[in-house]
Order: sequence, then C-alpha cells, then structure tokens
Amino acid sequence: MSLADMSSNLLYAAFIAYLIASFVFGGAVKGNKERSFDSENRWGKVAFAITILGFLANLGYFFTRWGATGHPPLSNMFEFTTAFGMTLVGGFIVIYALYKTPIIGMIVLPVALLIIAFASMFPSEVSPLIPALQTNWLAIHVSTVVIAEGVLAISAAAGLVYLLKVVDMKKNSKQRFFLEAIMYSLVIVLGFVISSTYFTLTDYQADFTYIDEKDAETKITYNMPPVFGMNEYVQLTEGTMTPWVETPAVVNASKLTTVFWSFVFGTILYWVIRLVARKRIAAIFKPFVKNVNLQLMDEIGYRAVIIGFPLFSLGALIFAMIWAQIAWSRFWGWDPKEVWALVTWLFYAAYLHLRLGKGWHGEKSAWLGVVGFAIIMFNLVAVNLIIAGLHSYA
Amino acid sequence: MEKMQCKCGHVNPPGTVLCESCGRSLTEKEQNSKLVDMRYEGTARRSQTYNKTIVDKIWNFFSSVKVGVSLIVVILVAAAIGTILPQQQYVDVPVRNAETIQAYYADVYGSVGRVYHFLGFHDLYNSFWFIILVGMLAISLIVASLDRFVPLYRSLKNQRVLRHASFMNKQRIYAEGNGTEDTLDKAEAKLKELKYNVSRDKNGLLAEKGRFSRWGPYVNHIGLIIFLVGVMLRMMPGFYVDETLWIREGETRAIPEAPGYTLESKNFEMETYNTEEDEVFEEAIERVGTVAKNYQTDVVLYKKPDDSLPGANDLEKIEESAIRVNQPLKFDGYAIYQMDFKLNELKAMTFALTNKETEENLGELTIDLINPKNDYELENGSTVKLLGYYPDFSGFENGEPQTATPLPNNPGFLVEMTTPETPGGETSFITIQNTVEPLGENQYKLAFQSADTRDVSGLTIRKDRTLPILGLGGLIFMIGVAQGMYFNHRRFWIQQQADGGILLAGHTNKNWFGLKKDLDQVTEYASLPAYRDQQEEIEKQKKEEGEALS
Repeated sequence: MSLADMSSNLLYAAFIAYLIASFVFGGAVKGNKERSFDSENRWGKVAFAITILGFLANLGYFFTRWGATGHPPLSNMFEFTTAFGMTLVGGFIVIYALYKTPIIGMIVLPVALLIIAFASMFPSEVSPLIPALQTNWLAIHVSTVVIAEGVLAISAAAGLVYLLKVVDMKKNSKQRFFLEAIMYSLVIVLGFVISSTYFTLTDYQADFTYIDEKDAETKITYNMPPVFGMNEYVQLTEGTMTPWVETPAVVNASKLTTVFWSFVFGTILYWVIRLVARKRIAAIFKPFVKNVNLQLMDEIGYRAVIIGFPLFSLGALIFAMIWAQIAWSRFWGWDPKEVWALVTWLFYAAYLHLRLGKGWHGEKSAWLGVVGFAIIMFNLVAVNLIIAGLHSYA
Repeated sequence: MEKMQCKCGHVNPPGTVLCESCGRSLTEKEQNSKLVDMRYEGTARRSQTYNKTIVDKIWNFFSSVKVGVSLIVVILVAAAIGTILPQQQYVDVPVRNAETIQAYYADVYGSVGRVYHFLGFHDLYNSFWFIILVGMLAISLIVASLDRFVPLYRSLKNQRVLRHASFMNKQRIYAEGNGTEDTLDKAEAKLKELKYNVSRDKNGLLAEKGRFSRWGPYVNHIGLIIFLVGVMLRMMPGFYVDETLWIREGETRAIPEAPGYTLESKNFEMETYNTEEDEVFEEAIERVGTVAKNYQTDVVLYKKPDDSLPGANDLEKIEESAIRVNQPLKFDGYAIYQMDFKLNELKAMTFALTNKETEENLGELTIDLINPKNDYELENGSTVKLLGYYPDFSGFENGEPQTATPLPNNPGFLVEMTTPETPGGETSFITIQNTVEPLGENQYKLAFQSADTRDVSGLTIRKDRTLPILGLGGLIFMIGVAQGMYFNHRRFWIQQQADGGILLAGHTNKNWFGLKKDLDQVTEYASLPAYRDQQEEIEKQKKEEGEALS
C-alpha cells in the first residue's frame, strides 16, 4: 500500500470514528435525566475516546499525505477543507478537555463530518504545487488560518447550542425562523454531498461545447443533469437532458446546476425529516439541550473567539501579507480572498467591541458567533468557487 | 462645569463618578446602584462630561463604541460589495483606459456591470468615500483610546489603599466578618506568594496583579494606527516604487526607478511537471493537462560605480542570480519579482535573396528584429536595403504600413533589393504571410529561411520603505491583543476596622473564576470571612423574579 493510499484509508477511518462518536455524544446527552448528568458523564467519556481515536487517524491522514507529496496538504479545496474539518475537531477536543461538554461534541462532530464529506466532492488525488505555492509560507500561513478558523467555529457551535436551548420553537419569531434557516442550510450541504455522490455513482456525464467570456470555444463536462446550459452551448452527448435555460457567458452554468441539484436534494431531505419528525429540525434538538448550562456555553463561545481572533489576525492577515509580499510583490492587492479575510477579521473585531463595550452577552453573542461561522464558510465556499481570484486553486 | 468635592475632602475633576481618593459614589445614579461600574474606574471621561461646543460633539461622536462598531460594519459591508465583480485592476482588457474598462463591465456583466461601474464599485477601494471611511475609523481609534486611556492611567497610577466602605461593598466580590490580629499580615504573605504587589496603609491593604493588561486595548490600537500611517506614507515620494520591466533573453536594461542599476537576462525557463519524474502526481497531471513547476529568469545585476564619469559605460557586476516565484532578487532596498513571461518572441529572421524564376540563391541575410541594420551586403555585389521596418504590422493607412506596437509580433519589412542583374533596384513589402510588390513585378524575392526566437521575462521592480513601519504596527497590534486578552488585572482591598472586623473587596477586568481561585487560597490561609459574588446574587434574584412572574 502506498503512502497516498494509506493516507486516504486513514481519512476514512477518521470519518467513521467521528460518525460513531456523533451518535454516542447525542445518546450521552439525550440519556440525561432532568438536572442529572450521569449519562453524559459515563457515555461522554466513551464518545470522547472515540473522537480522540478518529482525530489521531485524521492526523495520520494529514502527515502521511504530507509524506507522500512532500508538501503540506493545504494546497487545494479538498486539502484545505479536510484540514478545516480536522482543526474543528481539534478545537472541540481542547474545549472538551477544559469544560467536559458532550453537547458541543454532538454539534461539532456532525458539522465536521459534513465539512469532510463536502471536501471529498472535490478532486482529491495528490497534486503538485504550482510555483506560487512552493514555499514554507504555505505551511505557515495556511495552517495558522485553518487552526484559527477551526477554533472560531467552536464559538459558533457553542452559540448554536445556546440558541437551540433559548429560542422558543413553539412561538413564531424571527429567532425561530433564522435558527431553522441555519439547520436548513446544513441540510443543503448534505444535499450537495448526496446529489454529487448519487450522480457520480450512476456515472452521469453530459459533454458540451460553449463560447466563453473571451469568445473562445471551450469544452465542458457536466456530471449532473444540465438544468442550466452554458453560453451558446452545443450538446455533444446523446440521450442526456437538454438544458432548460441558457445562461450568459459570465455565469458558470455548470456550477449553477450543481447548486440547483444541491437545493433540490437538500430541500426534499429537509421536508422528509420535518414530516417524519413532525416538527422543525431545531425543535428535534430540544430534548438534547435540556441540561445545557447557558453561562458555560456563553463562556465557551467567548473563549473560542479570544483564542481564535489573535490566531486569525496572525495567520490570515500578518502571515498572509508577508507571503503576498514575497510571492506577488505586494502585501495587499484587494484580491477577493484577501478582502474576505479582512471582512472576517473586522466582523470578529466588531464582536469583541460589542461584547466588551456594549455588553452583548448571551443570546446576542451567540448569534454573532453563528454569523461569524457563516462568513468563514462563505469565504471558503463562495469565494473559492464563485468569485474568481488569485486564491481559486480548486 | 465645576470640580467635584467629595465628602472625604478630595477635589475631583468634573464628571468623576467615583471619588479618585476614597471611591465614594459621586453621582446620584451611581449612589443608587447596587454595584459600581468599574470599567474605567469611575473616572471623568471627556466624552461623558462635556457636550457644548462643536469640538465636544465631534470628540463625543468619535469616542463612542457604537460609532466605532458602526464604522467597522459599514467598511466590512463595503469591502464585501467590492468582491461581487472583479475590481478594475483585475479586468483583462487589451487596451487599458477609462472607456475600455467601462465598456468591459457593460459587455461582460450587462446591466449589473453598468450599474456597478456607474456607482464606482469597479475601483471601490481607491474611491474617496472608502478612504474617508477608513480615515474615520482611524480617528475613532485615536479619539476613543485617548478618551479612556488618559483618565484610566491617571486613576490607576494614583490608587489609594484605603477606600470608603461604600466603595468596598459595591464591588462584585465582597466579604465582611471577623478577623484576628494577624489577618492582614497573613493575607499579605499569601498574596505575595501569589505574585501580587501588596501595599499597606494604616489599617488597609491593596493587592494588585497584572495592571499592564489594562493597557492591552490601547496598545493594539496604537499598532493599528502605526500600520495605517505606514500605508499613508506610501504616497510620499521615494517611499514606494512599483515598475514593470519586460526583458528579453540576452538583453541588458536599466532598472526603472533604480538609478545606476542595470539588469541582464541570460535565460528564461519555464518547467512543467511530467508524469515520469513526478510519478506520484500522475493522476492529477493527467486530469488537468499541464501544471507549471517553475518560472525562472537567470539574471546578472550590474551597478555603475559611484566614481563613474557621465556617459561612460563601465558596469560593475554585483551578482548573478535566478529570480523565481517566491524568490525575488533583493538589493539596496529593491526587490525584483518574476511575475510574467512571453515564450518564443521573434528575435531575428533570415531570408535568402532568390531569383524567382531560376531559384538561384544570391546569399542570405539576417535581420535583427529589435535593432535592424539598414544595409545588407551580400556576395557578388548584391545589396538589400531596409527602407522601412514595422515590428507589429497592422495594415495600411493612406498607403503607409502601420505598426500597432513596437514589439516584433508580426514584423513587416519594406526592402529594396539590388543585384548585378537589377542595378536599378526592386522594391518589395514582406510580412510573414505574404509579399507585396508595390512598384511592379520583381525578378527577385526575399525567401524566408528561418527565425530565431527567445523568451521574454515580465519582472516587477518594487521598493517599499513602508514595510518596516507596517511590520512594527503588526507586531505592536499582536502584543496589545495578547496583553489585553491573555492577562487580567486583579485587585483586592482588605481593611481591618477598629473593632477587628474585616472588610474585603475584589475586582478583576475579566476571568472572575481565576480571581475567585486566588481568593479561595488567601481566605483559607488567612481565615478571611467568606465572600459573596454580588453579581451572581443579583442575576439569580432577577431570574427568580422572572420565573415568579411567568
């Protein structure tokens, strides 16, 4: 078995361990009697041990892949996103060691699973480094960023637990709407994973030629039924569906099609869950959060930002600027990824000022933590895939 | 406004909330509250005291956290809007000017692009309103920091050990009860062991630790201001150079904006990964096609000696180096970066003077496409004269050949060929695709034989003297953040009253858990009375009231 094969097997192992641990954490929390923590204490330890095993396998994946390629596996969408899933679990392990909170595990591990699954929808074979990435700053800059983002995401997890506990799911309110919207968007990501996997397994393929922005004829392969067609497309594969809509050249209709199918699968899944459970997804979690200590969740959320913000400043701005000066001759060029790193940083700066200066604790702080995660995910997903820039390596 | 005299006799500056000397509450609001607001030690902040003149109003505007956060949010949203469509510097237009850029947005993005451009979002980060917003944030950083830092510093520097009982019992951590004769001594010993600075005054004790953490926010704001000043300094002449240099293999060129320096390009090289050498990447290379491995220009750097005479061509070799991506050549505050390249630019073309009918070859000539000679002597007395050279031929205008650029992309030659057979000369216009004979049918032609090519390197010359300032700003920011976030300022006040009773109060700017852990140790060692967390009591009471209501 080559090092690269071993690496992907270790990632599978980590994935399965996280999957099992998610359920054990959930069971541990749900088994609690009102105001008793017996179940949580007993089963929480088991789940935590499984998480540690998974994390070791995850680290094994990371370093064997590093060994196989000779460069840190942080160089494309698959590698970065997988690493983000890993640091998210790493952040949780630290928090659990400090505060013994299985409920955070019940939220973080499924999200980490979703992130790793999302990552593996991108080409995952080991790939060589382009000249711009051939430097130690790849390891320094990207690893600091990915650790910072993992830690900041813990703040969102704590915030989410806080909201699941305090938001009244029986009364119509803005809070209820947005909390459910968070759950819905997580299901959409799952929809993306399911639709991509389904069409890959069924080997769907439709080839087209089209005219791109520069008026050149280009070939493209859809791996999902082409709902949206590229500019002036010509169908090459017979027996596949004809696109419903033709889009102008600036729109990447293939990606739009992927988004469309993710929403279709995700929305169906969402309504299946909702109809089977006969309540909103956020309401399903109510029995899990009955014993949650709100003050502790608030503290964890804040602690995560306190650790994550300086790390993010260092990795995503300072190290980023040093490398940009070396590779691109300027430390700052308003590239979309740079701008969104600044947006993220400004957002957490606002979070800290609101919390320390305006006394935004508790629910307000929890919402901000969740919004911060949304910005990080936007920077990861949308900026890489939709907004073209120097960082679009995937 | 008048100065405020406290009951203890101390005269406080106008606007003071807690007496600087004894800590009594001076305002009615503060007197009625259960706990004192310790954030700025109850000092007189300018923004909370004066609101009459225009200066006061501006000061108060910028010192507000609400305004600061609003500015952050507005800048954040504006910055995000600038990423919806590419900024103009990333737009790819053949000829770059205001009209072509405007047309680009309209052509490529339709009406959305037109509106985006109309609103100035295509150059958002250089727009005056964006710069003004950042400037306002900088002012807010300075004003808000000064408004808080100056009184806070004064107050913490002149702390008194003995505080009034009403100051003590309005602290979040409070205890009262019996003590023994050695209570203060024992407390002092334990607190010193816990690394507190302890001062005693009569019957009182003040223990303090980590005061420097209170300066953290101001230190990190200073770092940010230094950074912004660095960015502004770039506008100053001499601080910043950003030039592009296209240099061909074999060429030696003066480095723009770097007087006295010259660069020679020996070779440009582009490597790609191949599936044999880089076997492990086979799958990826096959999926993507080609993946670049290296872009490199081998150069020699020369400098004109300082004592060189004007016009003299004496160059001193400084160093030979390979400029690669991520490995710029650095010298004398400058750096040269490998940014771009053009492969296989035409260098020279070789023709044979040929008789059209007999195909007899009268000799060959090579025309250098950058510096062509005018006359070419061939064997047996034939000559070729270059009457006109059009490096990037783009067609005729009024019968005259035109060139689009000075680069040899599509060379055109107007030549006069003279042979013993045709002493009067024949004129011909030659381009790569075809030949025109403007003055009638010729007997001879220049037949294309071969072309030499070479690569061109696109280099960026950069000097940025603001970098050390930016680095300093970043460093100070990080120090300030760590200082303020990872340390905390803890204080205990202990007093022994005439009857032997003990009063104790504790305060920290954050991490009350840590403060309580310290206090637990001191309480045990010195047998202090048990303390209460008054904040938690208030919250609990509120919650019970809330539950009772519902």
